[in-house]
Amino acid sequence: MKGLLARMFGVVIVLIGVIALIFIMLWVIPGDPATVLLNDHVSQANIDRLTQSMGLDKSLPEQFFGYMKGILTGDFGSSYFMQQPVLSLILENFPYTLRLTLLAIAFSWTLGIASGVISAVCHEHFLDYLFRGTAVLGISVPVFMVALFLQYLFYYRFSLLPLTYDGSFVSLILPAVALGWNSAGSVARLMRSELMEQLDAPYIDTAKAKGLTYKKAVLAHALRNAAPSVITLMALQLSGMLSGAVITESVFSIPGLGQLALTAVQTRDMPLLQGTVIFTALLIAVGNILADMINTMLDPRLRTE
Amino acid sequence: MKAERKRNTGQELFRACLHNKAALISGLIILLIILLSTFAPLFTHYDETGQDLMNRLMPPGNGHLFGTDELGRDVFTRILYGTRVSLLIALLPTALAAALGTALGICAASFRGATDFIIMRLADIMLSIPGMLFAMVVLYTLGGSLASVVISLILIEWGETARVVRSVTLKLRESEFVEASVSAGAGGLHVMIWHILPNLLPTIIVLFTLNIPASILSESALSFLGIGIQPPQVSLGLMTGASRQYLFQMPWLALAPAGMIMVIVLSFHFFGDALRDILDPGRRTA
Repeated sequence: MKGLLARMFGVVIVLIGVIALIFIMLWVIPGDPATVLLNDHVSQANIDRLTQSMGLDKSLPEQFFGYMKGILTGDFGSSYFMQQPVLSLILENFPYTLRLTLLAIAFSWTLGIASGVISAVCHEHFLDYLFRGTAVLGISVPVFMVALFLQYLFYYRFSLLPLTYDGSFVSLILPAVALGWNSAGSVARLMRSELMEQLDAPYIDTAKAKGLTYKKAVLAHALRNAAPSVITLMALQLSGMLSGAVITESVFSIPGLGQLALTAVQTRDMPLLQGTVIFTALLIAVGNILADMINTMLDPRLRTE
Repeated sequence: MKAERKRNTGQELFRACLHNKAALISGLIILLIILLSTFAPLFTHYDETGQDLMNRLMPPGNGHLFGTDELGRDVFTRILYGTRVSLLIALLPTALAAALGTALGICAASFRGATDFIIMRLADIMLSIPGMLFAMVVLYTLGGSLASVVISLILIEWGETARVVRSVTLKLRESEFVEASVSAGAGGLHVMIWHILPNLLPTIIVLFTLNIPASILSESALSFLGIGIQPPQVSLGLMTGASRQYLFQMPWLALAPAGMIMVIVLSFHFFGDALRDILDPGRRTA
């Protein structure tokens, strides 16, 4: 428990670092945001008024601490263009990304774990080569290519599934497969190599000598011991998933966090971009802590540390 | 990694690659891709930006291997030129990130204390922001261009290299051959250059090969979204993005450049895998 608390403290420090880094990177942009926001035909007095109301006349540290204080009270500033608080926009869009990511994770873990286990158990068998080939293909294909290919096949050729997201669960299937495809490949590869290592371990021989069948030995012992590194990989993949969501959401027009960030870049909406990126970093921090907790539960050796 | 293991010189590595089937085949494909794109003018008589509005959206055939796009430009030619960008992205930011990460990792491991703390927290910070979103911040600040994409990839990739290099360096510093060298009177810099750096090399190469596919995929995704490389510069991701609207009538327009990205990534992937096996036979990857 103590280790976990120390980790959480570290996470908070890193998050403050993330906020500072993003803040500084967006602050150094040439051109006064107030001037960018209003067009050229506005009088200097109006620009000054807006500069003041946005707090842009203050010094960098003052602005930064003001922003930090805002975040602690749930205020991420307001969007330049949508005339809404950034936080409410994020919370409005977040459920879509959450749904998409959870479904993609469910797809990629099911496919990845199943094909990894089959690969390891049927080592050097035809099935092993088939799944390994698919896994390599999985991690080498760009997300947008999978997305376009699925649209072409399942919407245009077979007219089975909707082209873009329309709020229904069915329309979320293609985006989730497109997003989960990559990580299914890496989960399968890691699962296979970890499981094969565990199956070679002496304790499997012991289990078999004690009368356990091969199947039981795999399910009860090897899988459990292969789990921590696979769970760690899954937590690492959360970051990749959120990156991939930007593309998937754009191709399937899902109004999620990725779309929000993309819109922010396209419309040069600085507070919106800042808030969204910081929010995703927060999500990843939570994911890492969760993975740590699950691993601690699964592996008693980690508890005594 | 064992310290007493024989060091791979460049020549030995080359010979090992010739004997490894996967390395040989993927290496040859990479060579072919490099030759095709470098000497692109020899393989096509079209210009990558030359528009021919009379022959817009032509299907494959009639002297256009993959047809023409919405401005009548030859798609095959554009793929060859777009491959140049992908190859540049595969090697340049990846190499610079490896160099930066190695330097910072060694610094962190050598100086310890505050330097170590600052470098490692910076790496933590970079690793806790999704790469794509961090790249968007960089592109927002610098504007979309090849240079901004390169810069954002360096910033995204150095952290992991630094972290791994630091931990391997710390382990190497504890090893007997370093201790022997120090007790024989060698200085810190001498030990670093002649004993630690050569033993770090396999680790650095492995990380480098892992980052190549990631770089290519990131660039193509950013350009696909229209915030990475900007026209008139050619990029495979940009071509795919622009051809999205013709996906159903002319699927080859979008799928040919995307397929080329896949071929490039796959061959670098297999080559990296094989190289990892050669460098570290003890631990075979799947």
